[in-house]
Amino acid sequence: MSSRIEILNDGGFRSDGRKQYELRDITIDLSQQGTADGSATITHGLTQVLVTVFGPREAKMRSQTLHDRAVLNVEMSVAPFSTGERRKRSRADRRILELAAMIASTFEPVVQTTLYPRSQIDIYVHVLQQDGSLLPACINATTLALITAGVPLHDFVCAVTGGVHSTSPLLDLTTLEENDLPHMTVAVMPRTRKVTLVTMETRLHVDRFRELFELACEAGQTIHKEMKAAVKERTVTLVGAMDAGSKPGVVDDRDRDVVMGESI
Amino acid sequence: MPRPPSPSIPEKEFVYGALKQSLRLDGRGMLEMRTPTLSFGPELGWVECAMGKTRVLAQVDGKMVKPPPERPLEGMITIHSELSPMASNEYEPGRPTDEEVTLTRTLDKVLRRSDAIDKESLCVLAGQRVWHIRLTIHVLSNSGSMVDCACLAGIVALKHFRRPEVEVEGDEVTIHHPSERAPVPLSMHHTPFCLTFAFYPDADTPPLLDPSHLEETLSAGLLTVALNAQRELCVVQKAGGIPLAPEDILKIMDIAVTKARELDKLVEARLQEDWKGRHVEVR
Repeated sequence: MSSRIEILNDGGFRSDGRKQYELRDITIDLSQQGTADGSATITHGLTQVLVTVFGPREAKMRSQTLHDRAVLNVEMSVAPFSTGERRKRSRADRRILELAAMIASTFEPVVQTTLYPRSQIDIYVHVLQQDGSLLPACINATTLALITAGVPLHDFVCAVTGGVHSTSPLLDLTTLEENDLPHMTVAVMPRTRKVTLVTMETRLHVDRFRELFELACEAGQTIHKEMKAAVKERTVTLVGAMDAGSKPGVVDDRDRDVVMGESI
Repeated sequence: MPRPPSPSIPEKEFVYGALKQSLRLDGRGMLEMRTPTLSFGPELGWVECAMGKTRVLAQVDGKMVKPPPERPLEGMITIHSELSPMASNEYEPGRPTDEEVTLTRTLDKVLRRSDAIDKESLCVLAGQRVWHIRLTIHVLSNSGSMVDCACLAGIVALKHFRRPEVEVEGDEVTIHHPSERAPVPLSMHHTPFCLTFAFYPDADTPPLLDPSHLEETLSAGLLTVALNAQRELCVVQKAGGIPLAPEDILKIMDIAVTKARELDKLVEARLQEDWKGRHVEVR
């Protein structure tokens, strides 16, 4: 079925009209979700993921706490309506368990867990729509949700997928492209330019891998800009809201816990 | 479930100190693998692979089944693996642990999803009869690099296995007993090998290949690479652990390429050796 659709046509356009290195539209929504401490919804084209973060809080199971750091607990649910064919996945699905384990182990060295001994940070990942690049969307959304929850991180984690069509590398694949091409996911920490996660499940020649890997690292930086802008915007709104709450003209800071932006 | 005891502080410091000077507890070089020992059982497709004290048993059998309607032209391959308390006292029967999920998923990706076996060649009669190849992996003992060992055992078992010759006349399928006609090997596209590298928090400690159990527990990150002798990567897996510079990862790929070639030679040599010994039995 999919073989009839040209992945990359002669004009250098992909099936959804993008160029080779073009990423899909990213929209980020950092608004409050219920009682969650932090939440983020990210869309990469038609892939949409909502992540909510609770904590750091006291662990429900005493036996699971660690005496010197916090435990990250990632739970993932895939909405049955998220894919083309409607199908209910059990929570014990191996693929979902693996994705959740991958998210947890990606964030363990990034979150400063040592600041919260004997506690637990719950990360709930909800997949609302799937159209390729699922793991990167989950990782990016988790980064943003942790930031909105105010959990101290060493750095952002920005992830992207890349694939190779005969010899030309492509970035940010859709489901259609993922089914046909060898592809990989790379997550980078933009400040140090180091790589925290690489996964590939399809056959690819070593030389092609090198090329694609370097390209994906680069693309991570671009996604970082987008994510950073969203965080900045939210912070500006929050600071603005704080200012609006105080009475104009009265200089009385005795009741304020934190005095912000006065010397700056 | 109680957590397995972590290594003591002196033990930890000693290992870190030694690794920093590129010394390993068992005297290997940093990029030296434990040479795998392959022993074949009396039956075809029965292989025991040992790397040091890590031992894995792999067994293949095939039977005829009716294919699922959505894939009438392809044979089926299933992989069964389980971590029983036999492998290590850390495992308990019951709910799959993270390690078990990793093992099953890696085996699935390396042996099945990388198209190592030509599934279409397993079709006997379209929509009616196909071969169902079942690979069972038993981890007998785990002392590090269990996944590598399991993948190696699995792939060698698949290469070692031969299925009975079949003849199709119209809609009649005759299976010839191995004593009548020589059984045929499975048609394989390529032979992937799995290699695990361990990284340490200290920046001066170089990455090491084929970590032992202690080295694995103390490591700050693992990178699993599966590739074949034709320089094709099948699986790359580095989830979490300490972040690495892109150059380091690419350097590891180059090392893995040479290691996979060595493994390929070793496996081919062992399989041929075994096959020579067998000709006497099979008439």
